[in-house]
Amino acid sequence: MNLALSDEQVMLREAAREALSRVKTLEAARAALDGKQSLPDLWPTACEAGWPGLLIDEQHGGAGLDAFDAMLVAEECGRVLAGVPLLGHLAATAILSAAANATSFLPANASGERRAAYLPARPPADNDGAWSTERRSGLGREPVPAVGPTDGDGHAAVEGACAFVPDAPGAAVLVGAGERDGEIVAFAASSEQPGVQIEPVTRYDATRSLAHVTFAGAQAVILDCPIDALASAWHLAQALLAAESIGAVASALEVTVQYAKDRYTFGRAIGSYQAVKHQLTEVLRRMENGRSLLYYAGFAYRGAPAEFPLAAAAARCVAGGALDYAARAMISIHGGIGATWEHDAPLYFRRAQLSRLLLGGTEQATGRVAGEVFALAAR
Amino acid sequence: MDLNDTPEQAAYRARARAWLQENRAQAPVLSGPGALTEEAEIIAARRKWQGRLAEGGLAGVTWPEDYGGQGLGPVEQVIAGQEISRAGVPGILDAIGVGMLGPTIIAHGSEEQKARYLGPMLHGEEVWCQLFSEPAAGSDLAAIQTRARRAEDGSWVLSGQKVWTTNAQFASFGLLLARTDPDVPKHNGLTMFVVPMDAPGVTVRGLRQISGEAEFNEVFFDEVHLPADADVGGVGNGWRTALTTLMFERVTIGLGGEGLGYDPLRFARALLAAGAQRDPLVRKRLGEIAAELTAVRFTGYRVLTALQQGQIPGPEAGLAKVTTVNSAIAAGDLIAEVLGPDALASESEWAYMISFLPGLKSAGGTEEILRNTIGERVLGLPAEPRLDKGVPFSELRAKETAAQ
Repeated sequence: MNLALSDEQVMLREAAREALSRVKTLEAARAALDGKQSLPDLWPTACEAGWPGLLIDEQHGGAGLDAFDAMLVAEECGRVLAGVPLLGHLAATAILSAAANATSFLPANASGERRAAYLPARPPADNDGAWSTERRSGLGREPVPAVGPTDGDGHAAVEGACAFVPDAPGAAVLVGAGERDGEIVAFAASSEQPGVQIEPVTRYDATRSLAHVTFAGAQAVILDCPIDALASAWHLAQALLAAESIGAVASALEVTVQYAKDRYTFGRAIGSYQAVKHQLTEVLRRMENGRSLLYYAGFAYRGAPAEFPLAAAAARCVAGGALDYAARAMISIHGGIGATWEHDAPLYFRRAQLSRLLLGGTEQATGRVAGEVFALAAR
Repeated sequence: MDLNDTPEQAAYRARARAWLQENRAQAPVLSGPGALTEEAEIIAARRKWQGRLAEGGLAGVTWPEDYGGQGLGPVEQVIAGQEISRAGVPGILDAIGVGMLGPTIIAHGSEEQKARYLGPMLHGEEVWCQLFSEPAAGSDLAAIQTRARRAEDGSWVLSGQKVWTTNAQFASFGLLLARTDPDVPKHNGLTMFVVPMDAPGVTVRGLRQISGEAEFNEVFFDEVHLPADADVGGVGNGWRTALTTLMFERVTIGLGGEGLGYDPLRFARALLAAGAQRDPLVRKRLGEIAAELTAVRFTGYRVLTALQQGQIPGPEAGLAKVTTVNSAIAAGDLIAEVLGPDALASESEWAYMISFLPGLKSAGGTEEILRNTIGERVLGLPAEPRLDKGVPFSELRAKETAAQ
């Protein structure tokens, strides 16, 4: 029983922090919201650091690391609100790595030469037997795209849509779940074909690259991979989003604690008031709970796959709540200035508000925790 | 990162499991058919069982071998706890003594004290209680008023009152924090003592709580005579000694959060039995509760990792208690809303839990004082301005009395 980071993991984290510190990501996030300039492209940074191949085995040009390592990098990206399109890529490569007929794609994915994006498909839960994907607006879910018969080359036509796909703009390949004759199949489609339309959308947080993806007779490779790999990719995406969120909470807390030490009212630092101190310890409490669940998810991904849905959903639930709380505390403890455009607090707030709605939303993750616990209790 | 046992840990687990398999028939039965019902019988049986566990190497796992322990690490202690729980037998009776007070005596006691007290404590022959909190000193523990005065022959005379004392009704000894010098600032005038609970002048009275049951006691000291060598860790060093006890308390809480029985599966079973599992609001609330309680389990593993690396858990370990208690309160609310007034029936386990938690919220320090301490020691926030710094305790009391 040992949750200590290995020397390699400490190095991975430090290298990530160092690489990301070279870019003024928060300033860039604000400027992008203003429409003054587009976000810096951090993919070359990711490629140089070897992050695209984190979850691809060494034999195929990757680093052969585990979900927890990927979560360490995601956490560092979250710390500085960096828009690195890893969430979509890593979840997609987890599916490709599990597919017997996708090995030829992997080296280009591992080097980052061909960036992949994951089409989020929520696996069934105890109270919902269907696979589903996001819809553009309103309550409810959409069916995953429909897949036609496989031709002699292993290709099939795909029809359908996935809304709010993270990191889809600019991705070379789209990987996800489709339905054929009531069965779920995994497919990979090149984005460079007429049957694929990627419509970039920006919502509230300019650092989050999103697109609505439409398939109209697109040609896709049907992946020879177990359905469990598709479910696991969904949970992995939840865990990565949770890790990003915890990184953002950590830096929001640091900034806010510093301000609470520096800012004086009524002759004393505001951090000495219990009303302020207790809010900040609440941020710490939620952050530490979230971090503990990142360890659980990181362990369960390979160490206890049956528990991975519970671990990832719990991490998403707690980390999402932590970021919501931390962003609001950051604004309120900074007082009026925390609500101004020039301050960083609104950037954290925007990150929190959009993150909670993506990939099914934090609320669905909370429901899945309940479903998994009910299933264990019914045994 | 690895949650599995090392080969050495696996060997220890196998030994513990084999020992429990062989000896479990000797364990007292506390629930179900054939369960003991009389308190005196239960206590006697659990003391005897603690002695067996100690002989089997499953109590005092982290105690040095010189004092009858196993000289092993915190991981082995957790493994022992897991195996005891798996075997469905009770753990040790005197968790406070073995977990907190014994280690304090090991750290600060004289050789005579260690030789006299530790063996019988570990084997359950003499149960101990912790005499720290007072009616007017809880969060502000250094404000205690129980007074120990030196007699001319160097012995001590003790007067005052303690409260929230677990196990005092059958304890042989207590570790007591008393004021020995009121004319210095409050943290400086304290001394820790060993008090025999059968000494003349000691009165123990059960303290009934919301549930109607008395799980704690009040203890009164009326001119109780203690020998000159009854202090632990030196006269005037009581605060330092108390901090050691509180550090071990944090370790105990950090490693043993699940021991309270606030298990998400237990809550889920109750909701399933009531057919509430499809209700979206029930799912949302249970999901949040279960996520937080699951986090606490892994926080425990993180504490354990830190201990293995020789780090001492800081006050942040107290946040796990805050989470556990508040999640359990939320679970009680949820289950009560699903079951209706029957959840509050006198025989209901939920009525008991609902009654117990408001008090538990303050146990080991109120949530508010914990958040102050963590804000200051962990986040480095400035302290609340205070009016007692450097003021002799007697003056402070006089001011407080005048203000009233």
